[in-house]
Amino acid sequence: MNRRTLLATAALGLGLGLGGAASAQGMDKVKACFVYVGPVGDGGWTYQHHQGLLAVEAEFGDRVETAYQESVPEGADAERVLTQMALSGCNIIFTTSFGYMDATNNVAAKFPDIKFEHATGYKREHPNVSIYNARFYEGRAVTGLIAGHMTKSNKIGYIGSFPIPEVVQGINATYLHAKKVNPDVSISVVWAYTWFDPAKEADAAKALIEQGVDVIVQHTDSTAPLAEAAKTPGVIGFGQASDMSEYKTNPDGTPGPRVSSIIDEWSPYYIKRVGALLDGTWESIDSWEGIAAGEVVIGEITEAVPAEVKAEAEALRDAIADGSYHPFTGPLNKQDGSAWLAEGETASDGDLLGMKFYVEGISGDIPN
Amino acid sequence: MDFGGINPAVLIASLMVASVPILLAALGELVVEKAGVLNLGVEGMMIMGAVCGFITAVTTGSPLLGFLGGALGAAVLSLIFALLTQVLLANQVATGLALTLFGLGLSSLLGQGYVGIKPPATGVVPLGPLADIPGLGRILFRHDWMVYASIAMVAAVWAVLRFTRMGLILRAVGESADAAHALGYKVTRIRIMAILFGGAMAGLGGAYVSLVRVPQWTDGITAGAGWIALAIVVFASWRPGRVLIGAYLFGGITVLQLNLQAAGARIPVEYLSMSPYLITILVLVIMSSGKGRASLNAPASLGRNFHASR
Amino acid sequence: MIRLEKRPSPSRFWQVATPVLAVILTMIAGGIMFALLGKDPVAAIRTIFWDPLFHPQFADYSRPQLLVKAGPLILIAVGLSLGFRAGIWNIGAEGQYIMGAICGAAAGLALYPADSRLIFPLMVIAGGLGGWAWGMIPAILKTRFNTNEILVSLLLVYVAQSLLASMALGRLRNPEGGGFPGSRNLSRWESSANPELIAGTGMHWGVVAAFIAVIAAYILLQRHILGFQIKLAGQAPRAARFAGVNPARLVVLCLGISGMLAGLAGLFEVTGPAGQISIDFNSGYGFTAIIVAFLGRLNPLGILLAGLLMALTYIGGELAQLMLGLPAAAIQAFQGMLLFFLLAVDLLSNYRIRIAGPAGVA
Repeated sequence: MNRRTLLATAALGLGLGLGGAASAQGMDKVKACFVYVGPVGDGGWTYQHHQGLLAVEAEFGDRVETAYQESVPEGADAERVLTQMALSGCNIIFTTSFGYMDATNNVAAKFPDIKFEHATGYKREHPNVSIYNARFYEGRAVTGLIAGHMTKSNKIGYIGSFPIPEVVQGINATYLHAKKVNPDVSISVVWAYTWFDPAKEADAAKALIEQGVDVIVQHTDSTAPLAEAAKTPGVIGFGQASDMSEYKTNPDGTPGPRVSSIIDEWSPYYIKRVGALLDGTWESIDSWEGIAAGEVVIGEITEAVPAEVKAEAEALRDAIADGSYHPFTGPLNKQDGSAWLAEGETASDGDLLGMKFYVEGISGDIPN
Repeated sequence: MDFGGINPAVLIASLMVASVPILLAALGELVVEKAGVLNLGVEGMMIMGAVCGFITAVTTGSPLLGFLGGALGAAVLSLIFALLTQVLLANQVATGLALTLFGLGLSSLLGQGYVGIKPPATGVVPLGPLADIPGLGRILFRHDWMVYASIAMVAAVWAVLRFTRMGLILRAVGESADAAHALGYKVTRIRIMAILFGGAMAGLGGAYVSLVRVPQWTDGITAGAGWIALAIVVFASWRPGRVLIGAYLFGGITVLQLNLQAAGARIPVEYLSMSPYLITILVLVIMSSGKGRASLNAPASLGRNFHASR
Repeated sequence: MIRLEKRPSPSRFWQVATPVLAVILTMIAGGIMFALLGKDPVAAIRTIFWDPLFHPQFADYSRPQLLVKAGPLILIAVGLSLGFRAGIWNIGAEGQYIMGAICGAAAGLALYPADSRLIFPLMVIAGGLGGWAWGMIPAILKTRFNTNEILVSLLLVYVAQSLLASMALGRLRNPEGGGFPGSRNLSRWESSANPELIAGTGMHWGVVAAFIAVIAAYILLQRHILGFQIKLAGQAPRAARFAGVNPARLVVLCLGISGMLAGLAGLFEVTGPAGQISIDFNSGYGFTAIIVAFLGRLNPLGILLAGLLMALTYIGGELAQLMLGLPAAAIQAFQGMLLFFLLAVDLLSNYRIRIAGPAGVA
């Protein structure tokens, strides 16, 4: 196809795209493509998205063809990679990092017949763009409750990546639910200013442990903090992004630091969306699912956690799943003491997505 | 004893561990540069050491063999650099950068299938009652053997460079390759040996990251440590003792800023994260200005290729 | 016994033939690697070198993209090559690139949402100045305190990266972005956008600037006294001093020019292909440009070709990942091999290989 016919089809498609919503007829075969920000061997964020790709292959067999490109930098290269994918015949393209947001929308404008799905962003400028994210804070509530019960020093350490709303949600959810079961608890936050730097993450965990923290919660992607926790008996942590089950037990057979985990499970979403394209029901959506839809999974809670705590954590998980409980339910105040949520009020999605403040009781400032 | 909620004994103990990879790699690079060769491929060699060390340790179950495997893997990689720059006389800066690119790619290919595995533990040296001395015991006597080995290497490199004939020849080659050649020394051979040593040391540093610091393998695990090692060599003005100081200073500031955060100190984090680099520059300026000017003893032939025309 | 004999001047024939030879050698070695990974080596090599230029589906798009990808590499490499020729080692172009983007974007965003044709030129000036200023730090420390410029320029990369993160999360954050990191999209605001100048060519102002830089550097080195001084300082520092070359002035000029060009490259990227200041805005152009400068043998025209070749392997590598499922790491290793071979065979243009008999008579 040369450029002129390409532009012509694009113009034609644009007209169609604006006219109706989704193409009504289904497809026999779909090519699903994925853009990853890291290598599939990162053991965390990208690894989990790649598990989603494999799940799509397993689910649809011959009816789906997949392709992916790893370690695509956010920035100047993203738009080219996306365009090449579109030209290569992909029918649906998942862009799995926040930094691809504008590139996704730019390319979507040029290829109205191709569906684009952007993870963790907020821009949907064209009818062929969907956005999706997961309510990780729901998982943080459950692990926060476990952390509150398990800490003996009443100090929880949180390794933050960057001070963005998703991480602030995680810190607040962790603190609130730890506090609920343990009024004496406090939380120390260390900002690593990286998503992935195993040595620095290990140092951050070590610094927290030296400050008397005995529960490490991480919002960075490597298993290094757990490995560091394993060096000090009595310190526990949680798997992040993937299950990190290799830290359930130590090499000598004693219980390891990982007592549970928050797993990013993208498979249900990817299967649903590719399926929708196959049967002709795909339309642009803004998806923000959590435990209920199976996108945020609480990994196995190990024997190291007392049975009653485990039961309580599972009850909290189930209450969040069936909608009877929202992790941010009033009365809640902001850090400065001003009122945020009234009795029984729950946080709106808008408030959560732009969360820039700590809740009352957390000390320290959010850098910006 | 506490300063702002931070126990200095604990801080020193952890900075000693944190600094081992950059210390080892910088020490190797120092020898390479003393021989007049600038190898910017430290990051690539380190990560090759990290992956080869990890694979060897997991396969054999022995951390010791793991470290040897890491040293060997990185040395083999550095052989490419040696071949290109010493035999084929390619530009050293460009070859070094290409080495990093190649090492990052190759390590990731080799490491496929080793993600999510735990390596065998590297033991702490049992120093018995010494470890229980208040303060000092924690700082000095509770480490794994690589921490001590790295300090011993500093002393060894210093002694060899300063007191032995081998060290003298190495320095002569770095100062003036032509003069050394005229005296009958095999410049190319000596430089290749130095490059291999540098590779092996970078490999040990990398293996320390994947076997002790982080204990795991993931792509890109060294995360820029090789560049820091390069900086420390210049910072140390090519002296082994100062490499130790530089590595501990850099490791110390990194650890300190995380500790300050953990202790709840009210400090602007985003500026703290750049502090190790700014302080290193500052120290460098102080050292290179004024009376320190004479002490900037860069090897005179650094980065220049040698070709025996006769 | 094989001996090398230095040629009095580089061989014209081999200067042309060596890159071709290197590419062929890379194809063989890379092909073996791809075969070991279980991929069809012929298809992989064809995808990397041929498809971006001639594939019926991609070439119309990827050919102009070669310019887009090569533009900043060439622009930065030309600046660096001047310093490298004079023996002044700026390896912190990555930091200058970041600072150019930050300063240029800040100048523009301060005026948002004004509508004026003057905003983009203003941003270009601010971007160039930002990169220049960041390059002047090692220059001044070098001339004033004799501090090693390799180290300072390299360390400043990390400082610039931290600044970038804090800007993307703080001062320059898009106020309408709901707290997410990243600035407003500059390529979508007409006053600051750096779009394709002629549709379908890939030419944006950054590419134009790269071409201008190549020509200017060529003239400078061939015709201007400064170019002569640069070459002299690199080849014979002592002679240069006798010839009245002021080394401090040269350091300031070379680091300033290379910083400014890197800053401009950053500005043109942030207003064009990248679009916004984000935490990970920089993607290694400053380091890759060092390789490009040497592959081009520090010659402006050579840099032009080397930049295009690097861009080809990037884009071809992307296609190989997409179409053949090659891991990104294999592409990285492949690029490394290409560089090794290019550097290795360079020997042939500067040296003659003599095979001497056992008696050693040559």
